[in-house]
Amino acid sequence: MTFHRPITPEVVLRDLSRSFKGKTVLDRVSLEIPRGQFVALLGESGSGKTTLLRALAGLDDDAETAGHFQVAGSTSVLFQDSRLLPWMSVIGNVTLGLRRPDARAAALEMLGAVGLGDKTDVWPSTLSGGQKQRASLARSLLRAPDVLLADEPFGALDALTRLRMQALLLRLVERQRPTVILVTHDVEEALLLADRILVLKDGRIAEDHPVRMPQPRRVDHPEFAGLRQTLLSSLGVETEAV
Amino acid sequence: MTDATSEGNFYVAGRAGERSPAPPRSGASAVRLTPERLPAGLRLLGPVLVVLAWEAASRLGLLSPATLTAPSTALATGYQMFSDGSLLPHLLASAGRAYSGLFLGVLAGVVLALLSGLTRTGEALIDGLVQIKRAVPTLALIPLVIIWLGIGEAMKVFLIFTAVLVPVYINTHAALRGIDIGHIELARTLGLSRGEFIRHVALPGALPGFFVSLRLAVALCWTALVVLELINTQTGIGYLMNRARDWGQTDIIVVGIIIYAVLGLVSDAVVRAVEAKVLSYRRSLGS
Ligand SMILES: Nc1ncnc2c1ncn2[C@@H]1O[C@H](COP(=O)(O)OP(=O)(O)OP(=O)(O)O)[C@@H](O)[C@H]1O
Ligand SMILES: [Mg+2]
Repeated sequence: MTFHRPITPEVVLRDLSRSFKGKTVLDRVSLEIPRGQFVALLGESGSGKTTLLRALAGLDDDAETAGHFQVAGSTSVLFQDSRLLPWMSVIGNVTLGLRRPDARAAALEMLGAVGLGDKTDVWPSTLSGGQKQRASLARSLLRAPDVLLADEPFGALDALTRLRMQALLLRLVERQRPTVILVTHDVEEALLLADRILVLKDGRIAEDHPVRMPQPRRVDHPEFAGLRQTLLSSLGVETEAV
Repeated sequence: MTDATSEGNFYVAGRAGERSPAPPRSGASAVRLTPERLPAGLRLLGPVLVVLAWEAASRLGLLSPATLTAPSTALATGYQMFSDGSLLPHLLASAGRAYSGLFLGVLAGVVLALLSGLTRTGEALIDGLVQIKRAVPTLALIPLVIIWLGIGEAMKVFLIFTAVLVPVYINTHAALRGIDIGHIELARTLGLSRGEFIRHVALPGALPGFFVSLRLAVALCWTALVVLELINTQTGIGYLMNRARDWGQTDIIVVGIIIYAVLGLVSDAVVRAVEAKVLSYRRSLGS
């Protein structure tokens, strides 16, 4: 980046706790994320990743919540299931609720950028899983959010499609520079994409690793293997066996 | 919704297997879980056989015309009534009653379902009432409605209206209430206004349920008519059949039955065609 960015944090959590029916899921989480940072959130299943993301997205506000959080700016959520409305064409889905005069032109441009230029007018049910997720990504990014909240957006895709989607996400994020919080199960995905990797454990942030490898990243970078080991063992996976 | 249908049901769905010419694995043929789709005309096989047996029984003298006329006689009678113009006024009278009751009932059912499905006040005011009406058979209202509206057309249309209203309300309301929670969350994260949510999410999501109710309603309006046309009228298919009973004209009775059947089938086919067009986004779902 050549121009100067303010370093005021865009996402702030102060002792954020959240519980469902008395069961504590998030336990006094404190966190600051500077504007434009790409954060990956790792953690075992049930550790509260989705809960944290949904809190930031303003969902589940019926849960018992303590502490506070602040998101400066607009957010957009990328769900694991693409959540396209089946009764709307792809472009209708992508522009849904968009209040700008050039919505259609911008949507066409964005659909082109995600490789769906020839699918703008079809029903979502005719798309493959990867294409649906591209449409969903286009819908999110078209809003030019300040913060992109993504919950395992590529979790259901096959390995090859996932690699392509990761590259696509990286390309588009570099174009728009939103702050990104990406929940993932995939340590390698985190290592390939993120500037910073958090590990959530028992409702708290147990680890916080900066990732300084330059993009594009390669799995044979020395830092990659080391960090991968650290992360896997903190997720309770025996690295020898992997 | 979208994901489960695109992958989960793939092998169960009948047509998907036919389209992709995948060779059977390891020699053994794949197990079919659902019967193969019937070619269009074959559905008529049963009815055609019954009609043929009936005709044969009549011709062989096993079935006296006083009990049941032969289908060929009924057809001839029907054709004659049609060409001499004696049938059409009755047909129009019946259709007028059935469809005005249907129209009013569907309209009111949808409006009430929207009020009750989209607002709390509406639900508090309306839902209990319709549930009570649901428990009361339409025919049980006849005496009261006759006192209120007399024995003329208004009474007949009103009773069809109430018969139709209930299933339309129940199904449409349930569809509005059963809206996908994922879609609600999506609408929230996209910042949709309430109006946009209703227009783009709630209403389209409820359309399949509405069409289910419409098909029920179309069948119901003709059913109710049969009974209602026994009461004080000089017009209508029901009246024709009732009079034919007094004269022992089983051919006219069969003509009436055929007309009801045809009208029921045609109405259902029309609703299904509209449904297929409006819900065309589902056609690609493989089932
Ligand atoms: N709405 C809810 N009501 C009750 N319990 C909930 C609710 N949402 C989450 N939980 C509970 O909170 C815990 C954390 O769930 P969460 O979905 O945040 O985990 P996760 O880290 O995203 O897991 P995964 O990797 O499997 O997606 C789980 O024990 C879950 O059962
Ligand atoms: Mg989760």
